[in-house]
Amino acid sequence: MLKTDIAIIGAGPAGLNAAISAASMGAGVLLLDRDEFVGGQLIKQTHKFFGSREQHASTRGIDIAGLLHEKVKEYKNIELRLGATVLGYYPDGVITAEYQGRLLKIKAQRYIVATGAAEKSLPFPNNDLPGIYGAGAVQTLTNVYGVLPGQRVLMVGSGNIGLIVSYQLMQAGVEVAGIVEAAPNIGGYLVHAAKIRRAGVPVFTSHTIKEAYGDSVVQGAVIWQLDEKWQPVPGTEKDIKADVICVAVGLTPLTELLWQAGCKMKFVSQLGGHVPVRDENMMTTMPDIYVAGDVSGVEEASAAMVEGKIAGLCAAASIGCSTGEFDELRSRALSQLAELRSGPAGEKIRSGLKLLV
Amino acid sequence: MRIEEHPVLTFQRGEKVKFYFDGKEIEGYEGEPIAAALHAAGVRILRHSHKKNRPRGFYCAIGNCSSCLMVVDGTPNVRVCVEKLKAGMRVETQQGRGELIAKD
Amino acid sequence: MLIKTGVPTEGDIQRVTPSPERMAGGPVAVIECFQKIPCNPCYLSCKQGAIEEFKDINDLPGIDHGKCTGCGICIANCPGLAIFVVDYTYSDNEGLVKIPYEYLPVPEVNSRVAALNREGQEIGTARVVKVQRIKGQERTPVIWLAVPRDLVMSVRNIRVGGQQ
Repeated sequence: MLKTDIAIIGAGPAGLNAAISAASMGAGVLLLDRDEFVGGQLIKQTHKFFGSREQHASTRGIDIAGLLHEKVKEYKNIELRLGATVLGYYPDGVITAEYQGRLLKIKAQRYIVATGAAEKSLPFPNNDLPGIYGAGAVQTLTNVYGVLPGQRVLMVGSGNIGLIVSYQLMQAGVEVAGIVEAAPNIGGYLVHAAKIRRAGVPVFTSHTIKEAYGDSVVQGAVIWQLDEKWQPVPGTEKDIKADVICVAVGLTPLTELLWQAGCKMKFVSQLGGHVPVRDENMMTTMPDIYVAGDVSGVEEASAAMVEGKIAGLCAAASIGCSTGEFDELRSRALSQLAELRSGPAGEKIRSGLKLLV
Repeated sequence: MRIEEHPVLTFQRGEKVKFYFDGKEIEGYEGEPIAAALHAAGVRILRHSHKKNRPRGFYCAIGNCSSCLMVVDGTPNVRVCVEKLKAGMRVETQQGRGELIAKD
Repeated sequence: MLIKTGVPTEGDIQRVTPSPERMAGGPVAVIECFQKIPCNPCYLSCKQGAIEEFKDINDLPGIDHGKCTGCGICIANCPGLAIFVVDYTYSDNEGLVKIPYEYLPVPEVNSRVAALNREGQEIGTARVVKVQRIKGQERTPVIWLAVPRDLVMSVRNIRVGGQQ
């Protein structure tokens, strides 16, 4: 049995920040990730981040992963185990993980679950054809492994992921046939939209996919317009040839461990699905389990990093670790988070959190 | 197809190795996900669904969704989007649920 | 309209365009940022004190065009790639536009490239005057383009060679 003060599950932007802040309070930290690398989905984010200096604004996500990894290495009280898939939480407060073909048992005083989120799918005829991929999957293939997904991509969804991945595909030399968006307005940041528009990519707002087609792999899609009541308008069909269709219709939190542990969960559509009920310190209804990042509600990575900080600080304080700066660090992080969410772009998150915290 | 030049990224690739897809020899880079090597070689159909025998590719590419299950060195239901490529691997298109009990 | 099309309207552009007097005075930044999002690197990167400090990180950037020298450091530091520098004093018949460009190939100095507007339509030809690499943001080259003066406020992208 491995014993530690705080075990953190997931070494993405939230988990890395949680590890750093908990370790800075003097807690012993075991940081686990199922992948062989740290950074989670940061490792495919080639664009520069928004936010402020504290959230590494103007730095590319891929570089932020490296910066955080270096910081983690500075702490002797952080043990990092990669390739460790956490399997379950047991009633005696023990978690198990598969690690190098063995079963690890881990007992920590506190757990910080920072498992992130997974891509949603979209129902339409033939949506299972090979070549129809999650946008994040295409981003992984292209930006992490340097393999092109195809030659001509149709993007479904104009949130930040749809816009960013469209841009990144063009940077890799792939043609983007267009972006289809069911809502009447573009969902993501308009500066991202402006970048892809000035590269000549059309955005079809109030449109959806009628069907994809192809003989064993995707060859294109028929899209059509939606009226004010979101009903398709017959006669508005357009045929778009594409050998890849990217589905970028949002993410949903990866909450299996929290369900299993018995944390109280709530469905909040603004936050991407079922999310754990928690307080402002990121503690769930189970006093030994904290959360941070997309698992607690899908949001930008800059917010995930600050949530990680808060969870790390508060989990460490709850087991008696202390530093003279705790109150100041905590309140600074809380106000940063409030600031990131305070504008019109944070309205959805704010309304979701009202139902939860 | 592989990206050779990129405005932001440089790709660290492992050693070039041979492996087998449905008995046919193809090349990939050691340590990359099997699905990436297959995709670079133009292979997009990874399995067939168990009820309607429909072709399936990967979907999430990060080990979440089970769309990419294949038979690797005789073991069915391997998530090839996260399983690393090794020299000489025998990767086969999976039919349905895969044969769980070894045939001998 | 911008929120439906992704393309700023004439009115949007007019609101961020420096005064004719300032435009006649040499290079100056045009910040085409129209949506309140939490972001402030333009302010942090500006060495001239021209971009105003954010009271709220969600505010739209404010710029004192009088203090701006058109140095272009903010171009490569803006995460949204939404800042451009325009210069009507470049030559008698040409103006200069500086744009961020994160595609390959990076154009050669003195080459001619297709000049594109905010919708990606080709509206003329631009001559590449310089490829500037801003310290710390080398992977966002800033391309200096000489264009016909009447296109200075319209050219916002280029196409190098064939397809992009």
